[in-house]
Amino acid sequence: MNQNSKPKLAMYWASSCGGCEISTLNIGENILAVDELFEIAFFPCIADFKVKDVEGYPDGYIDVCLFNGAIRNSDNQEMAELLRRKSKVLVAFGACAHQGSIPALSNLTSRAATLETVYLDNPTLDNPQGILPNTQYEADEGLLELPTFFNTVRSLGQVVPVDYTIPGCPPEPHQIWTVLQAVAAALLQGAELPPAGSIIGAGTVAVCKECTREKEEKQIGRYYRPFEIVPDPERCLLSQGIICMGAATRSGCGALCPQVGIGCRGCYGPPDGVDDQGAAMISALASVMDTTYPTDNGNSLEQQIDTLIDTLADPAGTFYRFSLANAVLGRARQPASPVHK
Amino acid sequence: MKQERIGVYVCHCGSNIAGTVDVGQLSSWAADALEKRGVVVARDYKFMCSSLGQELIKSDIVELSLTRVVVAACSPHLHEKTFRTACQQAGLNPYLMEMVSLREHVAWVHSDKALATQKAKALISGAVERVALHEPLDPISVPIEATTLVVGAGISGIQAALEIADAGQKVVLVEREPSIGGHMAQLDKTFPTLDCSACILTPKMVTVGSHPNINLLTWSEVEAVDGFVGQFTVTIRKKARYVREDVCTGCGICMEKCPSKLIDQVYEAGLGYRSAIYRPFPQAIPKYPVIDKANCIYFQRGKCKACQLFCPTTPNAIDFEQEDQILQLTVGNIILATGYDLFDARRIPQYGYGRLANVFSSLEFERLCNAAGPTEGKILLRDGVSQPESVGIIHCVGSRDRNYNNYCSAICCMQSLKFAHLVKERTGAKVTNFYIDIRTPYKDYDEFYQHVLQEKVEFVRGRVAEVTDAARRPGEEGKLIIQVEDTFIGKQRRIPVDMVILSAGIEPRHDSKEVSRKFGISCNGSGFFTELHPKLDPVATMSKGIFIAGCAQGPKDIPASVVQGAAAAARVLGTIQQKSLDLEPVLAQVIDQKCSGCRICSNLCPFNAIGFDLERQISTINPALCQGCGTCVSACPSHAISGTQFSTEQILAQLHGLLAESFNGNGARTQSPAFSQAELV
Repeated sequence: MNQNSKPKLAMYWASSCGGCEISTLNIGENILAVDELFEIAFFPCIADFKVKDVEGYPDGYIDVCLFNGAIRNSDNQEMAELLRRKSKVLVAFGACAHQGSIPALSNLTSRAATLETVYLDNPTLDNPQGILPNTQYEADEGLLELPTFFNTVRSLGQVVPVDYTIPGCPPEPHQIWTVLQAVAAALLQGAELPPAGSIIGAGTVAVCKECTREKEEKQIGRYYRPFEIVPDPERCLLSQGIICMGAATRSGCGALCPQVGIGCRGCYGPPDGVDDQGAAMISALASVMDTTYPTDNGNSLEQQIDTLIDTLADPAGTFYRFSLANAVLGRARQPASPVHK
Repeated sequence: MKQERIGVYVCHCGSNIAGTVDVGQLSSWAADALEKRGVVVARDYKFMCSSLGQELIKSDIVELSLTRVVVAACSPHLHEKTFRTACQQAGLNPYLMEMVSLREHVAWVHSDKALATQKAKALISGAVERVALHEPLDPISVPIEATTLVVGAGISGIQAALEIADAGQKVVLVEREPSIGGHMAQLDKTFPTLDCSACILTPKMVTVGSHPNINLLTWSEVEAVDGFVGQFTVTIRKKARYVREDVCTGCGICMEKCPSKLIDQVYEAGLGYRSAIYRPFPQAIPKYPVIDKANCIYFQRGKCKACQLFCPTTPNAIDFEQEDQILQLTVGNIILATGYDLFDARRIPQYGYGRLANVFSSLEFERLCNAAGPTEGKILLRDGVSQPESVGIIHCVGSRDRNYNNYCSAICCMQSLKFAHLVKERTGAKVTNFYIDIRTPYKDYDEFYQHVLQEKVEFVRGRVAEVTDAARRPGEEGKLIIQVEDTFIGKQRRIPVDMVILSAGIEPRHDSKEVSRKFGISCNGSGFFTELHPKLDPVATMSKGIFIAGCAQGPKDIPASVVQGAAAAARVLGTIQQKSLDLEPVLAQVIDQKCSGCRICSNLCPFNAIGFDLERQISTINPALCQGCGTCVSACPSHAISGTQFSTEQILAQLHGLLAESFNGNGARTQSPAFSQAELV
C-alpha cells in the first residue's frame, strides 16, 4: 500500500496521566498492525512531533485524532482547537476527555486553593519564598510564557465539537483495538461509521449486565470502605454495603473491578440515556437505604439515616469521580478561600 | 417535528384564583408569549369545570383542531378526570391534557398579585413545554372475578360479608381465631342503648355460618397475596383443628371430658378457664371446637385421647392426624377488617395493672358484667366474693398520651360512662370517673352522659398520676388510692376506692404492618391502614381492589365499624357490577434492553408490582399492579424504567419551560453545564 494513501492517525494528551497511551500500546502486537493500517501524523508519546508540524498540516489532514485528557489550561484548549481544525474525526478518548474525570474534581474548589495545595500547603514541599507559577517570566533569553491555569476544568466536548467518545479510565485495550479496526474498515473499505456523537468502544447498558456476582434485593444499613470489609466473593458488592457504581456506569470493561472484589469506580461514565451519573447513583442509593423503623438501637428514623449517611466517605468524589465536569452540579460557586496557616 | 396546536385555559375558580392571580393578563400573555411554542388559543373563564367551561374547551378542540390542552385551574386531584373526559368527548385522547394547579400551588399560598401572576406564567410555560411531549394513552381493562375475600370476622367484616352475600355474590370470609365475632362477642352491653352485645351480634353470626354465599374459613390465615384487582390469587392456611368439621355435632362432651384446663387469656381475659379442646364461647360460629396443641396432653405427652374416647359421633370427630391445609383461591376484591388490639395496661406501671389485684382492665370488666362470664354478671373484686363499695374508672389509658399513643381511641369515654352506669346499677357503689375531656359526639351519646351524671356518678377532671395501695391517711388502709390533680380546683387529691377500672384504648393489631405489606397497602405512623382519602374515600386504599373497614383503619365504635363494613361492601359490589375495570395507563415500564439487572428496584414498589425475571436477568413491572407512583423510575440508576407521562424528556421539558419563564430565559440549567467566563478563568 502506498504510504500516502494510508489514513492519518493522531493521538494527543491534554490534562491526563498518560494511562490512555499505555492502554493503547497495550493492544499488544496489534500495535504493528496499527502502524500498517495508519500513518501516524501526531503522537507525542511514541514519536517526536512538534506542534509546528501539526500547524503545517492543511485543515482536515488528520483522519482520526484520539484526544485524551481534560482541558485544564490554555495550552490544552489551544491544542484541542488546533486538532479539531486539523482532524476530520475528533474522538474524546478516555474518561478525562469524556467527562473531566479526576482533574475535574478540582472544580469542587478553586484555582487559588489548588495552587496553594500544590505549591504552598504540602508536607513534601520546600518552597520557603512561597513562589507560585507565573504565566510570564523575563529571562535573560527573553520573555518566557507558561499556559494559563484555568479555574474550571472542562471536558473536551465542552471546548470543541466532538465526533465520538471512547470512555474508560483507561479505555480497555481490546475495545481500543476494536474501534481502530472499525475506523480502518470505514476509511479503507467504506464500511459505515456509527452515527456522529456515539459512544463507541463500550456497551450501552450498565456494568451489572457484565458482572457475574449474584444480584439480590438491596437494603443497605451501612456502607463499608474497602479496608473495612472482606467482601463475599459471590454476592453483589453493593448489597454488602460496598459502594459499587456499576449500576450507574456504562458497561464495556467486562466488569473487571467488581469481579475481583473492588467496587466499580464508574470510569466508563453513565449508560445510555443517563445524563448525570452521580445523581443517578445517589438517587438509587437513597432508594435502598435501610429505613426499618423502629430501629434496634432506639434511634429515631432521622438519626438512623444520618448514621447511615455518615458511613459514606466523600460523596462528591465518590459519585462524580469521573463525571464532574459534565454534571448538572456544575462547579463550586464561590472560590474556596485559601487555607490559612 | 410538526408543531402541536395547544389551547391554554385559565380558570378563575370564582375568586379563589382570580382574587390572587391576574387571570385576564395571564390568558392574553399565554396567547402572545407562548404563540411560537404552539399555543393557538388562550382563554380565561369563571369556572372551567362548569359545563359551559368544558364546552369552551370542547368546541376549541373541534374548531381549532387542537392537539394538546393545558388547563390552569385547581389540583389535578380534583378535576383532572373532568377535563380528561371533556377532551375525550371532543375526540382528543384524554392524556393529551395537562393541568396546572393555579389554586393550590399559587393562589392559596401567595398574596402578592404581581408575583403570583409571574409564578402562574412560569407554571403554564412549563406545562406547555411538557404537554407537547405527551403521548396518547389507552386505559388497561381487567376482568373482575366476582368472589370477594373478607379478612377478619369481627362486626365490621361480618357486616361486609353479609352485605355482599345478600346481594348474591360469593364471599370467602377468613378469621384467624376459632370463632367469628371478634371483640364485640366479648362485650356485655353496648353504648348508648345498653343492648346486650351478644343478643344483637349472634343472629348475624348464625346467618354468616349458614349463608349459602359465604365460604367461612375460621382458624385460618392469609399467607400470601398475588395478582391485582379483579384477579388476586390468595394463599390461605387452614390450620388443623384436629376435629372433623364434616362429622362433629358440636355437642361439647369432649370439652367437658378434657382433663387439661387452663386459664383463658383471650376470650375470658384471664378470668376463666377453658379446656385444651375448646371453642371460645358457647355461641361460637362455627360450633366445632379446636385442639390447642400446646396444652393438649396427648400432643405433649403422647397419652390421653380423652376427647376421642368420649366423642359420641360415628365416625369419630377427633382426628389427631389432621394437617394444615393450604388453599389457593382467586378473588376479585379484598376487604381487610382485621380489627384492633386492646392497649395493654401493664405498659403503664404506675396504674398497677397486673400488680394490684383490684385494678381491672376494661375487657376484664366486660367479662365480669357478662351474665355468661366467670361471675355470672356479678361485679366482684378479685377475691371473687366481695362487692366493691367504691369504684374509680380511669379514662384515656394509653390514649391521648405522648408516652403511648397520641390519638384519641374514640370509644373510651362512652365505654367508661357505660361502666359507671353498670356499676351503679348493679352494686350501688360510689363511682368516680377520672377524665381529661369528655367526648360524646354522635346520636344519643351525650344524652347518655347526662343520664349517667344524674345517677350521681362523680367526675374528676385530671390525668391520674398513680394508683397505689400505700396508705398515708386514715381511711386509706386496705384501699387503692388514686392520686390525681383535680384541675377544676387546682389541687392534688387522693381518692381511696375498692376497685379501679382502666379504660384502655385501641391499638393497631400487633402485626398490622406485616399485614399491610402482605396486601400492598400502607399504614400511618401508628400502624392503622391508610385510606385513599380521609374524607372522600375512607374505605378504599392506594391499591385498587383492596378496601379497609373497621378499627383496622382507625379507632371507632360499633356503629362506625358497621357503616364502614357496609361501605366497603358497596364499593366491592360496584366493581363486581362493572364486570371489568379500566386501569389508569400512567405506569412505569421497564425498557428491557436498558435494564442491567442491578436489582436496585426489586424491593421498592409499595404495590409489589416489580418482579425479577431470573432467566433474562431483568426487572419486570406488572402493569395491573403498578399505580404509576414513580418510586422505581427515580431510583433506577440506568434510567431503564420509564414513567409513562413522566418520562425524563417530559420532566426536563417542563423544567425548561418553568425556569425559562422564572429567570427570563437565564439561569436554567438542566443539562451538562456551560461555564460562564467568570467561572472558567
